[in-house]
Amino acid sequence: MQLVLEKRAERSNVIALISPLIAIGLTIVTMSILFAILGKNPILALGVYFIDPLTDSYSLQEIAVKATPLVMIAIGLSLCYLANVWNIGAEGQFLIGAVAGSWLAVKTQGTDAGHWVLPAMLLLGAAAGALYALIPAICKVRFGASEILTSLMLVYVADLFLDYLVRGPWRDPAGFNFPTTAEFDPVATVPVLIQGGRLHLGAVIALLVVAAATVLLGRTIKGFEIRVVGAAPRAARFGGFNSDQLILLTFAISGALAGLAGIIEVAGPVGHLQPGISPGYGFTAIIVAFLGRLNPIGILIAGLFLALTFIGGEQAQIAMKIPLDVTKVFQGILLFYVLACDSLILYRFRLVFPTRKVSSGTA
Amino acid sequence: MGLLEAIILSVLAASTPLLIAATGELVTERSGVLNLGVEGMMIVGAACGFGGTWLTGSTIIGALCGIGAGVLLSLVFAMMTLGLAVNQVATGLALTILGIGLSGLIGAGFVGERITPAPHLYIPGLTDIPLVGRILFGEDGFIYLSLALVVAVWLFLYRTRAGLVLRAAGDNHVSAHALGYPVLRIRMFAVMFGGGCAGLAGAYLPLAYTPFFIPGMTAGRGWIALALVVFSSWRPGRLVIGAYLFGAVTILQLHAQGLGLGIPSQFMSALPYLATVIVLVLISRARTGGSTAPAALGTVFVPDR
Amino acid sequence: MAIHPDDARRGDIRHNKSRESAVNGLPKSWAMLALFRYLRRTSNWPSIEAPFLAPGAAMLDPAPAGLHSGATPLLQTIALTKRYGNFLANDSIDIDIWPRQIHALLGENGAGKSTLVKTIYGLIQPSDGEMRWQGEKMVLSGPSEARARGIGMVFQHFSLFDNLTVAENVALGLDGKESFKDMSARLQEVSNIYGLPLDPKREVWQLSVGERQRIEIVRALMQNPKFLILDEPTAVLTPQEADQLFVVLDRLKAEGRAILYISHKLEEVKRLCDTATILRGGRKISTCNPQAETAASLARMMVGADIKEVKAAAGRQTTVPRLVVNDLSLAPDDPHGVRLEHISLELKGGEILGIAGVAGNGQDELFAALSGERLAQDPGTVVIDGIAAGHLSITQRRKLGAAFVPEERLGHGTAPRMKLSENALLTGHAASGMVQHGFVNTAATLSTVDRATETFDVRKAKRDPEAASLSGGNLQKFIVGREILRNPAVLVVSQPTWGVDAGAAAVIRQALLDLAASGAAVLVTSQDLDELAEITDRIAVMFHGRLSEPMATADANREKLGLLMGGSSLEQKEAVHAVGA
Repeated sequence: MQLVLEKRAERSNVIALISPLIAIGLTIVTMSILFAILGKNPILALGVYFIDPLTDSYSLQEIAVKATPLVMIAIGLSLCYLANVWNIGAEGQFLIGAVAGSWLAVKTQGTDAGHWVLPAMLLLGAAAGALYALIPAICKVRFGASEILTSLMLVYVADLFLDYLVRGPWRDPAGFNFPTTAEFDPVATVPVLIQGGRLHLGAVIALLVVAAATVLLGRTIKGFEIRVVGAAPRAARFGGFNSDQLILLTFAISGALAGLAGIIEVAGPVGHLQPGISPGYGFTAIIVAFLGRLNPIGILIAGLFLALTFIGGEQAQIAMKIPLDVTKVFQGILLFYVLACDSLILYRFRLVFPTRKVSSGTA
Repeated sequence: MGLLEAIILSVLAASTPLLIAATGELVTERSGVLNLGVEGMMIVGAACGFGGTWLTGSTIIGALCGIGAGVLLSLVFAMMTLGLAVNQVATGLALTILGIGLSGLIGAGFVGERITPAPHLYIPGLTDIPLVGRILFGEDGFIYLSLALVVAVWLFLYRTRAGLVLRAAGDNHVSAHALGYPVLRIRMFAVMFGGGCAGLAGAYLPLAYTPFFIPGMTAGRGWIALALVVFSSWRPGRLVIGAYLFGAVTILQLHAQGLGLGIPSQFMSALPYLATVIVLVLISRARTGGSTAPAALGTVFVPDR
Repeated sequence: MAIHPDDARRGDIRHNKSRESAVNGLPKSWAMLALFRYLRRTSNWPSIEAPFLAPGAAMLDPAPAGLHSGATPLLQTIALTKRYGNFLANDSIDIDIWPRQIHALLGENGAGKSTLVKTIYGLIQPSDGEMRWQGEKMVLSGPSEARARGIGMVFQHFSLFDNLTVAENVALGLDGKESFKDMSARLQEVSNIYGLPLDPKREVWQLSVGERQRIEIVRALMQNPKFLILDEPTAVLTPQEADQLFVVLDRLKAEGRAILYISHKLEEVKRLCDTATILRGGRKISTCNPQAETAASLARMMVGADIKEVKAAAGRQTTVPRLVVNDLSLAPDDPHGVRLEHISLELKGGEILGIAGVAGNGQDELFAALSGERLAQDPGTVVIDGIAAGHLSITQRRKLGAAFVPEERLGHGTAPRMKLSENALLTGHAASGMVQHGFVNTAATLSTVDRATETFDVRKAKRDPEAASLSGGNLQKFIVGREILRNPAVLVVSQPTWGVDAGAAAVIRQALLDLAASGAAVLVTSQDLDELAEITDRIAVMFHGRLSEPMATADANREKLGLLMGGSSLEQKEAVHAVGA
């Protein structure tokens, strides 16, 4: 008896809806086993991870704060993945955007600059991110080089560049030799929405991005072009869609969004430029994009969910001494289950019985 | 020992994990599967390899643990991409993310611990020859193994029937299936071999290269190994050249930092990554028209019955 | 030297690129004897004759085709059935295969021929029924077991590996019991003996389609099959290459082998085959002697009812030139492609021009150049309705009123996993009011789907399904329909009814005729000479990237077209005819 995979005639909409839920369910089961192996009470751990952060206004704000860069980056990534190009360098584009925007902040430090500083920083961040993302895109379009490898290599380069800047030319002289710039001036800081809280303007920007992406993908011809180029490249060419142009466009948008997220993160919650401003947002955003099934609303929900696990992970470390790496493991396992369950949208299983090899048998 | 000898030895050592991991991935890709999870498998191999040796004191056990870890992870990848026809790129990424997390978990207790590094060969008389003696006869087992591995893979691919069938599966899985070959099974074994190699390459790092464990010690070597496979045009001979070239770049930047040239250390550290980008661009440009990639690389195959 | 009456009927088979082996021209019995002796010498197989003796059966005497001893057939299927879900691909099929016979398997696309032979070859497991080989029940776990028993198969779609050498390809089709070197040597000898020369060291991507088929045939022959199955072998050959193949098949038949010949080409079957089994809708309709039937009666059995004759509109008027190609030369996109050389044609409104030719002679490249998927250097090389368009993109050409239907339905003509309305948008976004200010008007796309469904009788499961869920014929009707509904000035169609059931094919051909009657210029590329004869006003032939001078369809005949398809010019043919016996 054998289990055989075969293609469905048409995609199953039922599975498309419930597959993320199944994936989350399976992940929770697996994580419980992992917690048990680590010697922690699974129920307690799951509670700290998923329930506790929802009970407290501060952590709710933190979830939104953490979700903001995730959602923004993931929306950009989803455009690339829909076009079947793989931007793996969002982390690097995030960092470069942070660097570019911070340049203006550092430059205008202490001067009496006006309120134009922050918008200018955001623009710079987005532009720098877009340009940085265009490097792997151009390498792919003009030279045929794998965008996966080039965009990823540039992450390491961006990380080292940032490290150099904050240890060298941009280091705060009054900062006790810590590798960080001075705190940004108020005009160079992203305003908070609620007094005394952590929720800041970036969340609004993220929501606007979600709305814009929904319209783009669902209602415009450009969104259609992006989807067709990824789904059926030859048909896209037949439809008159220029796949090179679309690759450049999606990478540019994706880089811009990642760069924007980067400068918002630095100018907002963090307040200054330092190494490690990203706990792997660029990579986690990949998971958010898939969990949200490359759909803007789905990404919003998935982003919030994964932000929840980040916060939960931090609290679990404090409350139950569970290592932070568990969060990464959780995210990786979740992505696996999401991909596996999604496969059932296009394929189904069938039981196949073996042929009888007996030569004299019934007719 | 002279400076030249020292440089050659360090290049050998730096190139070895790249060579082992890339050789495994070459076989995997030759069968038509793109496994981007090499970095994840390597880093778990590093953690498990260190753990194995730390627990038992034996380098060989450590290496076997590394290999085993790589094979297990690659099996997960195989189940997803071959069994469930999931997109190979996404699964490979997931594998890397998972691997990094797992290795952090497994290796958490190993930070700061020390083990005895892998023993080096010593043949009285031969090893003492100046310049070539240590290079040819005085290295640790991994280095000899890496070269033997490449030769074995070359022989396998081009001189055995099984290798021919594997190449066929990577060239055209529809034809291979029509001829009755078990494409999925062939690919599974190729993926497992790649996983074992990645795990071994990862284990090499804490067992021989630097005899301690740091989280994230692979530092992107898995990705460079993937680039090397492309660079080698999927041919084992060229892979050796590529691996040693990259090893040389890595060592060069270390020595350049020591020379105090005034170039920021971060820039030198970025050299291998920048070099990878440049090499990828050059090699893809050079390939005008017919690509030498296995034609079925990365495509999903669901056989109909 | 006497010429066999069969040879005379087929026309002179001597031509410049002689691939005839040394055996041709010698008395046949001598050749056969030499062949038997050679094969026995070069292998450790038992003698050729022995395997044909079924255990307990009387010895087969070398009787002429059609007569065989009262022994059991070589292969027998009894009530063989294959079910896919609710769909019966094969429904209780009984077929007998005897040695020294060429047995045709007739049926149109989708009748179940491929399923049946794949079951016989062990690629598919039957859902019901059984197979008997030399009288004994046979259950195959895979093709290697079939090969071990002496069943060989040459597929319609070759199972070759482009980046491997000829020798490696052959090795992969064999069972690996002999060394590579020995096999290479044997390969060369066998291929020479049968007049199918091959160079073991060449890589397959460099070979032509006819040469690739040679690899498949030689590969099968090297296993000394008792039973050889050929699936639509002449679909990719010129008429002259097909004749060569028939010579080989006759030789194999005389050697005592059985051959199953799948085709839907009735004239061919009548010429070549001793007996024919006709399938329709998965069932066996009858087994008959094709030489006693007419093409019409065979067609009726295949299709089940008389196909409505396609009616050309009486006296189609031609108007101004609507599509003009001026000296188009284009280098191919990839190394396997064909270079277009100085192609010129002029197509008037109201006219249908057909382009015949074996696949791989530049038809794809020409389509890409006409559609704008590939741009020409000089804008004047392609002129649509008087406007130079060689440099215009496909979208711009659509705005000029051109429409295109490519050969590949799924993946080129449509995005398979997208809905029909989205696929309507794919070609309609340029000039059909479906896009306003960058936003998509979904209602407009759906209305196109509805109109196409109604006008062209597209059968589907729901209003707006995914393209991949439609059957070939229905999808093709939709694709042709969405283009025709835009009232194009010029329509370029590639292989309009390939792989399409007869009913849908008739609808499509009628639609093309109607479109031309309304004043459009229609360019049809097809490998089906019958189809071109039916609907076109003029025919030209593509060979190696060159287009022949178009001739009136009324003046064209199969022989002329065949020569052009094979690369000979018509003058050459006259000369040979004058010289030959």
